[in-house]
Amino acid sequence: MAFAQETPVTRRLKRIKHIIIVCSGKGGVGKSSVSAQLALSLHASSPTARVGILDVDLTGPSIPRMLGLDGHGVHQSSDGWVPVYADGSEARLACMSVGFLLKKKDDSVVWRGPKKNAMIRQFLSDVRWGELDFLVIDTPPGTSDEHLSLLEHMAPVHDRLSAVIVTTPQAVALMDAMKCLSFTRAVNLPVLGIVENMSGYVCPCCGEISNVFSTGGGAEMAKQEAVPFLGSLPVDTELVTLLDAAEPEAAPGTSYEPHPAERGSFDLLDRYQKTPSAALFKNVVDEVMRTLPKVEEGSGS
Amino acid sequence: MLAVQHPLDVADPRNVPENAPEHCPGTESELAGKSAACEGCANQEICASNIPKGPDPALPLIRERMSTVKRKILVLSGKGGVGKSTFTAQLGWAFAADDDIQTGIMDVDICGPSIPTILGIASEQVHSSAAGWSPVYVQDNLGVMSVGFMLPSAKDAVMWRGPKKNGIISQFLKDVDWGTLDYLVIDTPPGTSDEHLSIVQYLKESGIDGAIVVTTPQEVALQDVRREIDFCRKVGIRVLGVVENMAGFVCPGCKTESQIFRPTTGGAKKLAKDMGMEMLGSVPLDPRIGKSADYGVSFLDEYPDSPATTAYLDIIHRIKEILGDA
Repeated sequence: MAFAQETPVTRRLKRIKHIIIVCSGKGGVGKSSVSAQLALSLHASSPTARVGILDVDLTGPSIPRMLGLDGHGVHQSSDGWVPVYADGSEARLACMSVGFLLKKKDDSVVWRGPKKNAMIRQFLSDVRWGELDFLVIDTPPGTSDEHLSLLEHMAPVHDRLSAVIVTTPQAVALMDAMKCLSFTRAVNLPVLGIVENMSGYVCPCCGEISNVFSTGGGAEMAKQEAVPFLGSLPVDTELVTLLDAAEPEAAPGTSYEPHPAERGSFDLLDRYQKTPSAALFKNVVDEVMRTLPKVEEGSGS
Repeated sequence: MLAVQHPLDVADPRNVPENAPEHCPGTESELAGKSAACEGCANQEICASNIPKGPDPALPLIRERMSTVKRKILVLSGKGGVGKSTFTAQLGWAFAADDDIQTGIMDVDICGPSIPTILGIASEQVHSSAAGWSPVYVQDNLGVMSVGFMLPSAKDAVMWRGPKKNGIISQFLKDVDWGTLDYLVIDTPPGTSDEHLSIVQYLKESGIDGAIVVTTPQEVALQDVRREIDFCRKVGIRVLGVVENMAGFVCPGCKTESQIFRPTTGGAKKLAKDMGMEMLGSVPLDPRIGKSADYGVSFLDEYPDSPATTAYLDIIHRIKEILGDA
């Protein structure tokens, strides 16, 4: 690998230790919310952890909204595009998405493959991530241009790549997740494991658990395909609301509203850590950390 | 300095060929064949010459095939997993409930075809005859075409880039023996990319009667749906209306309704109002809908007294009304 040709992409990614691609054949299963949670949890895992999140869902970017960064723009510096930092001045959670490049946030991005390919290459080669411990890449549904381009451009750093597959428990979603797993095998991308999302819903009134989209399918698939199972996450309305609104709801009666800059602490993270999902997701991250060295060792040799 | 590059400073996407270089100015542009990006493009000479550009040779064949299809309806949504395929299937079943109405369903979600499973025909295969590929029939008057029927195994991934996807879509339109149809319902993948542009291009001459936009109530989904509506406007497709799926959930234990995906920004109702679209209706989240889709049975037939069935039927009736077929 030492003789591999240096490209603008490898130069940029040289100082990134681990690259985790979050994917799923199916749309709307929670790739972006898992990516966001993964980035937040990794960020919280150590006081010095530096995390990046790259949203390559070009025609439907959701990451800016989820991290409360809607309406931010990207700045150009002499050393490339400056990512948007979700944690403000601490600058440990860098974020990049097509959403930051749009004039109006409701504009559609109507691109065919080659244009998408060019954008992804630019994201990989022109963004000034700096030194990162983790780069989480959120992908669009399917196994097409974006995925192939990502892997093509990152081929020289293949030994640092791994994937997390997200699915929901119903058969229709599992079928697409299976296709996604076949894809990772075809391109020789090591899989850290499967996350089962939207696994059950707790009625806020009586506490009864309803399996709105069935349950257990993800664990079953992981077992059948001999892939680690990272955990199941129930539908958490608090999390849905947090990632959806991304605006702190002022508690009624509080008059003191600190200016975002003097808040200092990372507000979104604080609120995230209070959701029931955060505790569950910690296990997912622990599992990821455990499998990461094994997986990378396997592909690096 | 803000915003380094505006991704939207591009040619009309309908005029950029599938195999064009990254910064192709579009075949209809004055710069066609003359811009820096054209260097080395195989089509440079054709674009630069003043010979009137011929249309895609597949177009007359598609027009011919589509001439016996009365209504062509797209089911769209910028967001994935909101229930496009489920809605498409219900729409197909509801149309086909009338024995005299011939219905077709075409699944252009190439990488993640769900239609065969939802309709309970996942193990079927496509047969070809002199008249072209025969669709798979769910019942006498409901024919279906999907990439799902062509894969050696359901596990196989379809790792195709744009041009290949466009090729199969064009084949679905020109080589499938659809026969005479009253309705052709087209299920699309999430996003606004190759599949969407291609279907619009290929059906430009035959005309698309309209699009139904499906969403769920939360803002993360609505955002993408606004983009999809923006796309429809850009390419000139009429939006018949908006359907809100997974709105509210009634707990089977205590019968209390709660919002799983809270409409933090007013839901589909506000979106429809803001964008001047008709709100066709809201379908509550009923776990049996997902289950029916997994087992490939018609939810409308299995659970005729569910509130979701009523909502579906009202929406479908309204769609027929808008099309002038009710």
